[in-house]
Amino acid sequence: MEEEKKGKKAVIKFGPTLLELLSKFGKIELEYVDIEVGDLEIVLQPAAVAAAPPKLVAPPPKVKPTKIPEVTFTPPIMEYPGQIVEVKLGATKGEGGTRGKSIVIGGEKSPAFYNFESPPPHPPVVACDVFDTKIPLPKPLKTHIEDVMEDPAEWAKRCVDKFGAEMITLQLTSINPQMKDTSPKEAAKTVEEVLQAVDVPLAVGGCGDPEKDLAVFEKVTEAAEGERLMVSSVSPYMDIKRTAETIKKYGHVALALTGMDMNEARELNHKLYDILPKEQIVMDTATASLGYGLEFTFTVMERVRLAALMGDYELQHPMASGTTNAWFARESWKKMAPQWEPRELRGPLWETVTALTGLLAGVDYFMMMHPLAIKTVKDVIERLMDKGAEKPEKIDWQIIKI
Amino acid sequence: MSSREISPIDVYKLLPRTNCKGCGEKSCMAFASKLVNREATMEGCPPLLEKEYEEAYKKLWQLLKPLVKEIIIGTGERAVKIGGQFVMYRHKLTYFNPTAIAIDVTDELPHNELLKRVREVEGFSYTYLGQELKLNLIAVRSTSNDPAKFRMTVKKITENTNLPLVLCSLNSSVLEAGLVAIPEKRPLIHAATKDNWRDMVELAFMYKCPLALLAPDDLKLLSSMTKASMEYGVKDLALDPGTFPGEDLIDTVNNFTMLRRISCEKRDELLGFPLIGTPIVAWAEHGKEPEVAKWKEAYIASMLITRYADLLIMHSTDGWVLLPITILRQNLYTDPRKPSAVEPGLRIFGEPDENSPVMFTTNFALTYYTVESDIESSDISNKCYLLVVDSEGIGVQSAAARSRMVRKGGLTAESVAKAMMETKIEEKVKHRTLIIPGLAAHLSGEIEDLTGWKVLIGPSSSSDIPKFLEEHWHGEKGS
Repeated sequence: MEEEKKGKKAVIKFGPTLLELLSKFGKIELEYVDIEVGDLEIVLQPAAVAAAPPKLVAPPPKVKPTKIPEVTFTPPIMEYPGQIVEVKLGATKGEGGTRGKSIVIGGEKSPAFYNFESPPPHPPVVACDVFDTKIPLPKPLKTHIEDVMEDPAEWAKRCVDKFGAEMITLQLTSINPQMKDTSPKEAAKTVEEVLQAVDVPLAVGGCGDPEKDLAVFEKVTEAAEGERLMVSSVSPYMDIKRTAETIKKYGHVALALTGMDMNEARELNHKLYDILPKEQIVMDTATASLGYGLEFTFTVMERVRLAALMGDYELQHPMASGTTNAWFARESWKKMAPQWEPRELRGPLWETVTALTGLLAGVDYFMMMHPLAIKTVKDVIERLMDKGAEKPEKIDWQIIKI
Repeated sequence: MSSREISPIDVYKLLPRTNCKGCGEKSCMAFASKLVNREATMEGCPPLLEKEYEEAYKKLWQLLKPLVKEIIIGTGERAVKIGGQFVMYRHKLTYFNPTAIAIDVTDELPHNELLKRVREVEGFSYTYLGQELKLNLIAVRSTSNDPAKFRMTVKKITENTNLPLVLCSLNSSVLEAGLVAIPEKRPLIHAATKDNWRDMVELAFMYKCPLALLAPDDLKLLSSMTKASMEYGVKDLALDPGTFPGEDLIDTVNNFTMLRRISCEKRDELLGFPLIGTPIVAWAEHGKEPEVAKWKEAYIASMLITRYADLLIMHSTDGWVLLPITILRQNLYTDPRKPSAVEPGLRIFGEPDENSPVMFTTNFALTYYTVESDIESSDISNKCYLLVVDSEGIGVQSAAARSRMVRKGGLTAESVAKAMMETKIEEKVKHRTLIIPGLAAHLSGEIEDLTGWKVLIGPSSSSDIPKFLEEHWHGEKGS
């Protein structure tokens, strides 16, 4: 990712920070019923207006209906032969690990948020990316973590305590032979440190080098035996058998990563079945940013989920998304002409929109970074898990004064 | 049955079957395939339009018409089409008519502010992958509830813009005053409700305008109103099932999803009309905190674009709100049947000479167009060669990552060397320096070994190419 060099102070200064504003809005929503309507300058429509005004028009001819006839309406509910497998991430003391709680993802019986059929049994999870080394990041991301970037344990704590991350994805970027080439033993030590610093379930990411990743995963899975880590990731280019074996031996979960291709995903999962039970596999068909291929991401995810529900066994896994990739789009971070600013909001919105598009395609596990995006996505998930109101609050936006 | 499952044979049977080639195709069968894929329209077949084939034309239309009716708002060049969808899922065909975006004004805005806002909507423009992203309509709200004020406002707006209008009031007297101001302009009437339906449907009938039916979270009422309106003779309808920004967001998602499934999957004509979402509702909750309202309006708009909205009514005009929204719309309405790769080969910018820089990128369409627009928009690099390397249609980032993992396929030193050889680039320049994308830096050694050229590692983002060339490229010496 491109480092932002000319970082001046934000052009627009928000009195309270936007985060505070947003936390306030959380409160407003909770207290919605207590709000005085006048405060929001909503002008309710006077009753007299709602009633039919005196006729200015000729009454319609006889043949035309004068009343609204009642027709029947049947919700378009469908049955699906397939179901997404449930995968448990993290393990508590009772389950053989040390996490405060474990988290189950998957289990869907309908496409994403077709709640009129069946709501998802478990809310999708928002995890925060933590890197084991200081990496170049766009300024809007760096601002929130700059002081802890040398210390993955502190960084992870920040994500859990301040940003509300439900899990941590620890990216062991420094093991890359072309970078620091951190040894498997050192990497495993970092994982242990983070496990001690936070009590949420953990996912552990490699660097993309097939040999080095395997060497590191073998050490890490052993050191964290029983913690039910999600090992990110097993790709078609690795020694799939050995990687799956170490994941199985020490009781973890595999994240199966492929390109944006259903067949590739099917094949990889199929190979993993030789060693791992279905309940220990999450899949990832790669995430491109908004404006940089998101339509491919969206459509592959949507197709995978529909096929899985229609009975395609090898695709019946929860889906993960590297939503942080949103920041690869230059429009997310670069300074643009004044009409497109401030990027302090444009950037997190980019990540949020990338996430929500995935959410509606069926993503179960988000890897994200910006605190505002994390907060928003968690908030939306919470609202979408709801059954829906009997009679939702109607807003007469036609007449509100803004 | 989704529309994709219509067989070309069924269509062929209804065509003249004379293979007259009047449509430009070799045979009626070829034309039938195009019709099924929506790559041609029935109007492309001249004999079909003649009296003799009237019956066949009607049957074909029943077979081929969109499952979500296409509605036209406004007149002339700026008229906006909404709906016209055949499928619920874009991979089954493609989506048509990208979600139109209307920005609101009110009839209580002072004259100058009104015109400023209209100009803002007109002026919104962003060029993305060679396409201009624009806003499409103006939604006029009557906050005064005064017919005279509404009429004046509508008149003023149409004197200053050709953008089509949505007239928003639940008071039919107010709405009619607006229609009187622009009797021929075909605005969308928003909206008929259970209470005002009879007056509104008559207005739509008299003024020949499309009519929005509003029934918040009540699809049964929406169906009933659709049926009544059709019987009344008003057939250009759009459906607004309400947008709930707060705790009830799921009701919005549910309703939009059910409506689209009913029309596209269940093929129920009664609800086969375009859908209207109103992210503007975010302002009712957070009017006092504009940043919060904008933020919420933005992400709700994005969810509605993903979940089938054909028209959105919004308030924010900030670029940071509208840019992600309009780009998402562009993304999801891209035809998935079109290839995502461009032809590999050599692209020549301006009139380069033997001292001009040589760079390379991949043939993934998004990567290529991004690099192309960055080069074209700068002065310094309008004299250069760009090698488009065959990376099997994937971008530099993922192509390089993949080649790192497998050392075959994707973007490799071999594919770069092959492109250099095939384009005979060494005959075109005197120097032997290749500028490579920053994200492919790890390939530099191998490229040097394979080609004998010196590699200069360029920026990670092509937007920095002009600056990079200014600092590192010194004409005939290479670098």
